[in-house]
Amino acid sequence: MFLRNLLFLTMVTGGILTLGVNLIPPRHGLPPTPGEPESYKTDRFQDTVDRVDASFQKSWSVENIQTALPAEELTIARRLSLGLMGTIPSLEEIRQFETQPSGERVNWWIDHILQDRRYADYLAERMARAFVGTEDGPFIFFRRRKFVAWLSEQITKGVPYDQVVREVIATEGLWTEKPATNFITVTIQNDKENQPDPVRLAGRVTRAFLGVRLDCAQCHDHPFAPWKQADFEGFSAFFGQTHVGFRGVYDGPGEYIIDDRKKEVKRTVLPKVAFAKELLPAEGTLREQMSIWVTHKENPYFARAAVNRMWALLCGQPLVAPVDNLETEAPIAPALKILADDFTSHDFDLSRLVRIIASTQTYRKQSLSLLDSSGLAEKAWAQFPLSRLRPEQVAGSVLQASSVATVNADSHLVTRLVRYGAQNDFIKRYGDSGDDEFDSRGGTIPQRLVMLNGKLVRERSGGGPFTASTRIQWLASEDPMAVELVFLAVLTRRPTLEEAVYFEEKLQAPEQSRGQEIQDLFWTLVNTTEFSWNH
Amino acid sequence: MEPLGRRHFIRTTATLAGATWLTPIGQWLARAADGEAPGALAPKATDASAAQSVIVLWMQGGPSQLESFDPHEGFKIAGGTTKIQTSVKGIYLASGLEQLAEEMGSVSLIRSMMSKEGDHERGTYNIKTGFRPDPTVIHPSLGAVACHELAIGRAEIPRHVSILSSQWPARGGYLGDKWDAFLMDDPAGPVPDTKSYLPQDREKRRLEGLNFVEQSFAKGRSKRVEETLHRETIRGALKMMTSEQLKAFDVSLEPQSVRDLYGDTAFGRGCLAARRLVEAGVRCVEVNLGGWDTHANNHQFCAANLKILDPAFSGLLRDLRQRKLLDKTLVICMGEFGRTPSINPTGGRDHWPSGFSIALAGGGIQGGRVIGETDPEGKDEPKKQVKVADLHSTVFEALGIDHKKVNQTPIGRTVKFSEGDPVRALLDA
Repeated sequence: MFLRNLLFLTMVTGGILTLGVNLIPPRHGLPPTPGEPESYKTDRFQDTVDRVDASFQKSWSVENIQTALPAEELTIARRLSLGLMGTIPSLEEIRQFETQPSGERVNWWIDHILQDRRYADYLAERMARAFVGTEDGPFIFFRRRKFVAWLSEQITKGVPYDQVVREVIATEGLWTEKPATNFITVTIQNDKENQPDPVRLAGRVTRAFLGVRLDCAQCHDHPFAPWKQADFEGFSAFFGQTHVGFRGVYDGPGEYIIDDRKKEVKRTVLPKVAFAKELLPAEGTLREQMSIWVTHKENPYFARAAVNRMWALLCGQPLVAPVDNLETEAPIAPALKILADDFTSHDFDLSRLVRIIASTQTYRKQSLSLLDSSGLAEKAWAQFPLSRLRPEQVAGSVLQASSVATVNADSHLVTRLVRYGAQNDFIKRYGDSGDDEFDSRGGTIPQRLVMLNGKLVRERSGGGPFTASTRIQWLASEDPMAVELVFLAVLTRRPTLEEAVYFEEKLQAPEQSRGQEIQDLFWTLVNTTEFSWNH
Repeated sequence: MEPLGRRHFIRTTATLAGATWLTPIGQWLARAADGEAPGALAPKATDASAAQSVIVLWMQGGPSQLESFDPHEGFKIAGGTTKIQTSVKGIYLASGLEQLAEEMGSVSLIRSMMSKEGDHERGTYNIKTGFRPDPTVIHPSLGAVACHELAIGRAEIPRHVSILSSQWPARGGYLGDKWDAFLMDDPAGPVPDTKSYLPQDREKRRLEGLNFVEQSFAKGRSKRVEETLHRETIRGALKMMTSEQLKAFDVSLEPQSVRDLYGDTAFGRGCLAARRLVEAGVRCVEVNLGGWDTHANNHQFCAANLKILDPAFSGLLRDLRQRKLLDKTLVICMGEFGRTPSINPTGGRDHWPSGFSIALAGGGIQGGRVIGETDPEGKDEPKKQVKVADLHSTVFEALGIDHKKVNQTPIGRTVKFSEGDPVRALLDA
């Protein structure tokens, strides 16, 4: 009897404690991640940063473009988390950020992100879009999630980008055991005895890894690119010996034979690269040869394509648009070459590339200008561009904003389930812009409807016990503090003086309870342009 | 369906959105006021006989002309496909389009469409805009031009809609993203997220607060913030939410007999929604039917698609006619290209942009005519070839839009709505 009472009491106490910890998180929960200040002092780091800035500076002065001022540190922090983790900083993280010495905060924040699982996961997902697309692919033969998890693991381990790409192109084995082979199996054609499609593979390789649309030459000769239809056929032939069998993807014998649709005959095509033939090794399977050629330090397209994509992830817009087409008539910013050269000469180290881009003054500019209203400054990178957030960035931000603590891989399982579940439904409604990720389109009515009336915002801005609205209502007894916390949680900034006055007055208005006013403020901020657009 | 009064709309928007939002909305209201004028329902163009709306039945993937509008029964290239007599003497369709065959008096065919784009994305762009892809400009699709050029009328819902939209829905291009189609799924039920969960006064308070915060973000970014369309789309969303016309999206409100006419498929419901939307004043509706990329088992896949297309297309024409809307509504059935006359080893047909078919019906178009002819052996070039741009000029003329009108692109280039010549034989009595 006594034991049962004790058990009961223990359970009740335990329950209350758990509830308490969940409702009122400790003010200084986690110690801040250690920074890596040495990374910014390594070989020619600052030199590359300066040369990138100087190259932009030169074009601005030539074109007489007004440049924007440096952005606030918190604004840069928000950009970085959206670009690299697909979400906004949590209140908890903002507190940690502000305990760092001013001037060192942003670098510390970059290091914090690069060590976070969310960075590897998010980058892996974004890369996977370019490598294998967004579709589910052939049932049984394709495991998209395994592929993404594998990519994430490579990023966490710091595997050089060229090595990742070589494995993606050339790995043999089962798609379940060797997840890299899903790059091959996603193109399996059910109507062709479940064999991969060399044409699609060649198109993916050129677009995703080289930033050229060689596949346009599939049907016609490209108007201004140096390659012809025959070059694309020759490139596809590198996958001509790739088969899928009982033991997964393997390279066998045989020749690449295609149907010539015009002449209505079958003909054999030999593997051939369109340029820089001297970089092609003589040894290895055809796929291995191609992977070495693609990732060769002297193949200029490889590093440039990667830099263009990483720049786009960080800034919302690629340096050269569209992101998978470097062969344009438009002038290309010299920064692309400077960054690509640094990336190549430092073993294709993605972390270094991220640090360099994020350290430039160009990246750290404001997204507004009181002097230039022509839009030229933004196009020339003299002002940080506004870009529409992707659906998962918006969903991730709503979920993060509505939680005081950081929603990450360490978060409680339930929190993450809520996060993934809510994200998927939301993403469908919000509308995915598909494979072309960096188009600069305007917002849509369905997006506004789902934010104004949809379930996610409704639940997350409501008065439930686990929402930030409720916690802030309890934590901040003073109205100015409450308004400030909601602004920080949702917009990663403090309110302006006018905004503070306006909303503090509202909190004191007799129409409804303080809790309801805080919920309204939360809803209001989530529905702003500022929330839905990276700035 | 009685739309809400204009004054009511202005009042609602003004109260909901807050008075200061009226500056950017000014243009919209001006256009709306334009629609208030007598004869507002007629297009701006003087031609009173012109169509006012266009419905595009989009066959994503590239439908086989041989299994639809251009059969060659008995020839090798038919691969066994047979033809059926239509209500117009001398015009045959492929088996599987029996119901459409009865409507042939209202339908005309072009069997000699010529394009130079054999890739899905490029072909879709080409057929939807009338131009080949160009790295320096994005052209508007014909629906966006129709919305841009025709009077607003009484629509309180988006006037350019794409139902079951494919990967490349119709868009506004250089006219601006605000002319992009409003995308929606199967219209089996009400449009999601259109009901506010708040009492009206609380929503009003929230929107007032929103307006206040927007001001600080717009400082130093006014033009860019406008270009995000964020606030314009909020206004559009709020207007939709309070409009009776919202019901036009919901086909469950139609009697069973009417729904049966279109067939019990998502595409059929899309076509029915298209009719309801056109009735409410929507200018362009695109309804998508995918599954035409028949590189393997062409005949089998085509037969399955025709079972969906036949009742929906013919039902739409019948329903529009009964409601006296057919003369004012142009219906086009097309895809990005056709399929090869030859059949490949997997029983499929591959991409074929030189000599494929499209169908036009209703507003401004003479029915029962056939333009062009393809070689039953699949060797010679088609006769009386029609270029993609010619098709666009024809459609614009049927809508009373000046297809030669010159527009400025954002980078200052001048582009016409279409570079082609109208096919007179489809327009003239």
